[in-house]
Amino acid sequence: MNGEDNKIVAFCCEHSAYPVANKAGRMRLHYPDNVRIICVPCAGRVDVQHILKAFEKGAAGVLVMGCQEGACQHLTGNTRAKERVKYTESLLKEVGIDGGRVRMVNLAPDMAQRFIDEVKEMAEKIEGR
Amino acid sequence: MAIQFREALKTKDFIVTAEAGPVKGANTEKVQGHIELLKDRVDALNVTDNQSSVMRYPSLGTCLLVKEHGGEPIFQVTCRDRNRLAIQADLLFAYSRGVDNVLCLTGDSIDVGDHREAKPVFDLDSTQLIHLVHTLNSGKDMVGNELDGGVDFCIGASATPSADPIEPQLVKFQKKLDAGVDFIQTQAIYDLDEFKRFMEHARKMNDKTKILAGIVLLVGARMAAFMNENVPGIFVPQYLIDELAQAPKGTGLSKGIEIAGRLIRQIREEEICDGVHIMAIGREERVPEILEAAGL
Amino acid sequence: MIIAKRKPLEEIKNMLSGYKKILVVGCRTCVTICWAGGEKEVGILSSQLKLASSGEGNELSILEATVERQCEKEMVIEELRDKVQEVEAILSMGCGAGAQTIAEIFEEKPVFPALNTTFIGMPEAEGVWVEKCGTCGDCMLYWTGGICPVVRCAKGLLNGPCGGTRKGGKCEIDPEKDCAWVLIYRRLEKQGRLDLMRKYYEPKNYRAVQRPGRVEAATA
Repeated sequence: MNGEDNKIVAFCCEHSAYPVANKAGRMRLHYPDNVRIICVPCAGRVDVQHILKAFEKGAAGVLVMGCQEGACQHLTGNTRAKERVKYTESLLKEVGIDGGRVRMVNLAPDMAQRFIDEVKEMAEKIEGR
Repeated sequence: MAIQFREALKTKDFIVTAEAGPVKGANTEKVQGHIELLKDRVDALNVTDNQSSVMRYPSLGTCLLVKEHGGEPIFQVTCRDRNRLAIQADLLFAYSRGVDNVLCLTGDSIDVGDHREAKPVFDLDSTQLIHLVHTLNSGKDMVGNELDGGVDFCIGASATPSADPIEPQLVKFQKKLDAGVDFIQTQAIYDLDEFKRFMEHARKMNDKTKILAGIVLLVGARMAAFMNENVPGIFVPQYLIDELAQAPKGTGLSKGIEIAGRLIRQIREEEICDGVHIMAIGREERVPEILEAAGL
Repeated sequence: MIIAKRKPLEEIKNMLSGYKKILVVGCRTCVTICWAGGEKEVGILSSQLKLASSGEGNELSILEATVERQCEKEMVIEELRDKVQEVEAILSMGCGAGAQTIAEIFEEKPVFPALNTTFIGMPEAEGVWVEKCGTCGDCMLYWTGGICPVVRCAKGLLNGPCGGTRKGGKCEIDPEKDCAWVLIYRRLEKQGRLDLMRKYYEPKNYRAVQRPGRVEAATA
């Protein structure tokens, strides 16, 4: 518990972030190996309790990664995800987990480098806490 | 000895009342000083009742001080802090000590004051309070019991001529007049055209009640803007805030006195209403200057 | 419906200080609709309490349950009877009526309220609930155009408005809130029934409901 392993959980939308993660892997782009990728049909499928449970089970940081604004296959999934992430931030702050350890990221399917950067940034945040 | 206020209402051409505001504490020196200064210059002195919901020395106690100094007090009663039992009891006591003028008010909300966690009472509203005083005057209490020792109050109420929207206020105002009031003291007036329109309504509703225009002393642009935001029932027009802002530094108060004097003078000359009620909130010592500026 | 709001986490944590195993109980009725104490909120609060307590080194053990209506004795007993045996205390996410029902049934277990029950109201917009009914026991809606003056007027006036109304018909206590009496005026004006507002209304009977209130059905 308490994220001693500095694990990152990344909920990745199957239309954007998940293929990006795969691509990054195929391109042998290096990213930290304590990242657990969870494929979801849409970022909007991720609810507040999923994020909290991730922290409960030992994650030190959570990324919710979906399509770019306006490009959601389910129209409003990514906007709902954005609101939920914001709300979850405040809930986490109440228990002393802050400093941006949950974050919403919007990606297009060709943004492999962006995926890497976000993961690295989260890893740094976790190290530095 | 001042003449009885109810006499002044009947006989004087232009009625002038002012306020004595008690302080927070048992030291009555300051308020007694104001009473002494003003009692012979005005027809009656209102004493405020936990004004702006800030806890202070009580109105009733200060009314007794006014009597002691030979002045005519107007006992302000609000419904915020006392229920119908306490109000009736206080009125009996007031009358027994020669305080026989009462101003019936609803009262500012708890939230504008300094004891913000207090339980508001509001067992009655101002119109119901007017009816209550009439009932007491008729020799009975609110539930019909005969009083052993009656009372005879001169009854006043307030009005808000600058309210926006005005129509709901006029409905309530009519109810107050119908209940029977001897005098009305309005909230602060600054716009005389607006006030004249209000007076047209008022005269149609009831031409017997004496109406005194409320004059609140402004001491500077910032204070005026603050009151606009924070004091219920006060709306200072922008042109007056500007006039105060343009006054040279340190002359805000003099400008305020000038403005007050100007308003009173115009009200009197144009016979817009029956008199004025001067509220110098904290600056009671400047009231004589206001009277002078007004030519009274 | 009854509107409640969850207490600040700090306050809840303080209540639970010293307890190691608790049952968090939600309710599927009013507090679900106002997002305060439904099954979802039970899950969220339980997560937060676990995260907070593990951060301090002694993690709370939490059981979760949600009752259809926390104020119904039979439903409470049915749902909680077994789980209650396993815990030291109960954190109720129901309204005050729900919390007290649990407290009455399981008298040996301390019951803590996770919510502040605020008023009877309804959703004005998504995520916004406003007070409507003053529970005065002597309803006057028929002559105020369907607007409760007891609770929507900040001073509970029957012959309003007061002289403190702000510009634009807003309330003395809050420029965001409407003056109920301006609303009543406009509503009655629409209905051509301003005569109702012009009437004088006697002081209210504040003892129409003697607290604590009790209502009994007339026997069939």
